[in-house]
Amino acid sequence: MNVTQLSVFMENKPGHLLHVLKILAEANINIITLTIAETSDFGILRMIVNNPAKAKKILHDASITCSTTDVLAIEIEDKPGALYSAIDTFAKKNLNIEYMYAFPEKRGDRAVMIFRFDNIETAKKALSEEGYSILKNIEIIGG
Amino acid sequence: MYFNKEYETMPVKKMRELQRERLRWSVSHAYNNNPFYHKKFDAAGFHPDQIKSLDDMRRIPFLTKQDMRDNYPYGLFAVPLDKVVRVHASSGTTGNATVVGYTRNDVEVFAEVVARCLAAYGATDKDVIQVAYGYGLFTGGLGLHYGAEKLGALTVPVSGGNTERQLMIMKDFGTTLIACTPSYALNIADYIEKKRPDYDIRATKLRAGAFGAEPWSENMRKEIEARLGIDAFDIYGLSEIIGPGVSCECSAKSGLHVHEDHFYVEIIDPETGDILPDGEKGEIVYTTLTKEAFPGIRYRSRDITRLFREPCACGRSLVKMEKVTGRSDDMLIIRGVNVFPSQIEQVLMEVEGTEPHYQIILDRKASLDDVEVMVEVSEKLFSDEVKVLDDLRGRISDRFRSVLGITAKITLVEPMTIARSEGKAVRVVDKRKI
Repeated sequence: MNVTQLSVFMENKPGHLLHVLKILAEANINIITLTIAETSDFGILRMIVNNPAKAKKILHDASITCSTTDVLAIEIEDKPGALYSAIDTFAKKNLNIEYMYAFPEKRGDRAVMIFRFDNIETAKKALSEEGYSILKNIEIIGG
Repeated sequence: MYFNKEYETMPVKKMRELQRERLRWSVSHAYNNNPFYHKKFDAAGFHPDQIKSLDDMRRIPFLTKQDMRDNYPYGLFAVPLDKVVRVHASSGTTGNATVVGYTRNDVEVFAEVVARCLAAYGATDKDVIQVAYGYGLFTGGLGLHYGAEKLGALTVPVSGGNTERQLMIMKDFGTTLIACTPSYALNIADYIEKKRPDYDIRATKLRAGAFGAEPWSENMRKEIEARLGIDAFDIYGLSEIIGPGVSCECSAKSGLHVHEDHFYVEIIDPETGDILPDGEKGEIVYTTLTKEAFPGIRYRSRDITRLFREPCACGRSLVKMEKVTGRSDDMLIIRGVNVFPSQIEQVLMEVEGTEPHYQIILDRKASLDDVEVMVEVSEKLFSDEVKVLDDLRGRISDRFRSVLGITAKITLVEPMTIARSEGKAVRVVDKRKI
């Protein structure tokens, strides 16, 4: 199973992120990692949370536009050049990264990166062939 | 100054007589040569023979914008297409647009009425007239162009936009009169102030402006006149009737003389359709008296004004209409382009997946209309990728430009952010002070 990312549409205005975070907090949703893509008018908040289905439902009920997307969580070594070789692999396989972000905490001695590809299955296959360890949802959000 | 003194100063009684004769011809022409009019008149139990006097007008059913749309493109023409030498069209999607046709004679009449307007502003064949209206399907550019040529003036077909070039031409060509929208005139003043403080407009030969295609107030007149150092005159018209030149101001600047020998006007109560007496405010209804290709019989313009017949200082005997400042429907005039909220809705609906939760905010920035369209992002539209949302914005913006002819800033907003009154969204917020 792929990792599920929750994406939320927000206007780029004070208080809007706060509003979303309050709803998630009140529903006891834990955010494991997040990133924001911003434009001058709006932003997209992308999060890995412990219960994406529940989070999506409560945001939807609060008239907040959100969606879930499958992303790849990949373990890479925590050493200089490790990210370089990973990206180099994608380039050689002609895999375009739509966006990426990192986990704040290490998994053992390894770093975890989140990648969003256009075609997740092709990317998955290519990465497995190269020996990358792709994490399952359960490994990220816990049981 | 007159262009055609005989008609412009015709005694009222004689004008009434001429109108009656021409009306009988025009109504019969529409009835005999256009199936739509024929059916419509029959259904209303009206026959052209019933027109004995101008009072019999009230028996004729009204023509509406919807009738024009339903007959897109050529359904209201009353001559074979080989007699039509030109078309103009309003903006809009197919089925929303109105296409109007002109025979050679109609083109002549169009030029004549515009020439009369320019003469009323004091222009002669000695003038250099810079036509800064857009040229194309819109009647403004070509209308003023042929009117200026008819007058014998040196006509400069510069078309709209590119203010720097407008200023250069104005100075180098010795422009004496400019024709454009009143908001563009103010935009020129702003441009000079901000970007060309060295440009002395008072040192040019510019002395007058013919401004139309959008409503403007006495305050705007004062501002244009003070900032450009010219006399500002209103020119009014609508493509459904002929284009600019249906009526114009004169040196008195107090109301617009209607060219009554070509257009018969009535004021009605927009609710009941009853004809109102002179002096009362209501919707102005037009009937063309000489148009061949596209006769307009009792066309409901939706423009609100009143008529008055007090003698005018300029000597014209033609009836005057007050400057139009209101509408009896929801039509918007954005940078001279007529737009209905329903057209905007249609454009949005055509962009895949867009929900009709939008709001148009009109404002006047740097003297020009600024259009912002706020679109609520539903889950159907949403994507976790910025490029997808940017694409969406670009697609909507492109449709606005190509279909409606207006440049709009598209802003994506969160659901439920557009104020809803009684469950219905407020579609248009007009912050412009005209």
